[in-house]
Amino acid sequence: MSGDEDVLWQLAWGFMAISLIAVGGGIAVVPEMHRLVVEVHGWMSDARFAQLFALAQAAPGPNVLVVGLIGWQVAGLVGMLVATAAMTVPASVLAFGFSRLRTRLRGNAKLRLVERGLVPIAVGLILAAGILLGITAATGWVAVALTIGSTLFVWRSDRSPLWVLGAGAVAGALFL
Amino acid sequence: MPPDTAPRPSLTKLFVTYLRIGLIGFGGVNAWARRVIVEEERWLSEQDYAEVLGLAQALPGPNALNVAIQLGERWHGARGALLASLGLFGGPMAVLVLMAWAHDRWGELPLVKAVLAGTAAAAAGMVIGTALKMAQNLRPAPPILAVGLAALVGAALLRLPLPVIVLGLAPFGIAAAWWTGRQPAKPGR
Repeated sequence: MSGDEDVLWQLAWGFMAISLIAVGGGIAVVPEMHRLVVEVHGWMSDARFAQLFALAQAAPGPNVLVVGLIGWQVAGLVGMLVATAAMTVPASVLAFGFSRLRTRLRGNAKLRLVERGLVPIAVGLILAAGILLGITAATGWVAVALTIGSTLFVWRSDRSPLWVLGAGAVAGALFL
Repeated sequence: MPPDTAPRPSLTKLFVTYLRIGLIGFGGVNAWARRVIVEEERWLSEQDYAEVLGLAQALPGPNALNVAIQLGERWHGARGALLASLGLFGGPMAVLVLMAWAHDRWGELPLVKAVLAGTAAAAAGMVIGTALKMAQNLRPAPPILAVGLAALVGAALLRLPLPVIVLGLAPFGIAAAWWTGRQPAKPGR
């Protein structure tokens, strides 16, 4: 059916374009995804979009997999595969080409400066992402205490973070 | 960091490890990738991993995926890049379909909501703790630290779009790296 095919093309082109402006990571383009999915095509409601996003965050794996859930919602299994491929394949090819180039230029002094200069931005952005997630999750004192406790545990110990995630789940069930 | 990194992984080991990173990667897969690659397997030093991650953020596309592609390519060329990214995405995608189905059936139960809320709060702490650990291990010189703080303020306080932060701060980061590199090495480093 041409209608189904149209939707698949819209998924493919839409997410391909979004992936190529996703400098900083997949989460940087969530507002853009919202525009495509809710405002431009009306594939789902605002609430459903937020729900899928929360689900992708709760699940293991890259949060960008929310794209797969959107595809699933819009066009089933094929939609999921098309959307995920559109979001990942062109960016992957670019990263691969860049990695090749980096191998060829290894030891180049200018490249070393670029590599070392991007490090503090990477670490600063991770810290910012954690703080923003913490603010979203801070529904009360229990949640804030969980975030602080988990910060100290992961920072100061070498044990697996699964301990704090498990503790968070139990504390959530009991107190939230 | 002491140069005590392990030899490069085999292709199978790389795939299995990335599958594991994907499947245990609750609450932020970048934190888990760093833990497994730097702390558990010791394939990269903290500095080396942070550099790969920094480049991954400057390239378009998902960060964790860009890291997987770069590491796979570095160790095993095109096959390595393909298997690392398949491992990273394959497992979680299957889980996510099951979760989406389960969520539609039981997601509105108060207990499920409470467990998810508690996990989200703990996951936020995990991401913050990972960043603090990285900063501590990297021991940045003051100009580098300043660029990191600027990125933090830009993203957390000013809520600037990420591309603006990455591309806008990159010249300052490079300048800071250049300036730091010109200083005589401090004793004891």
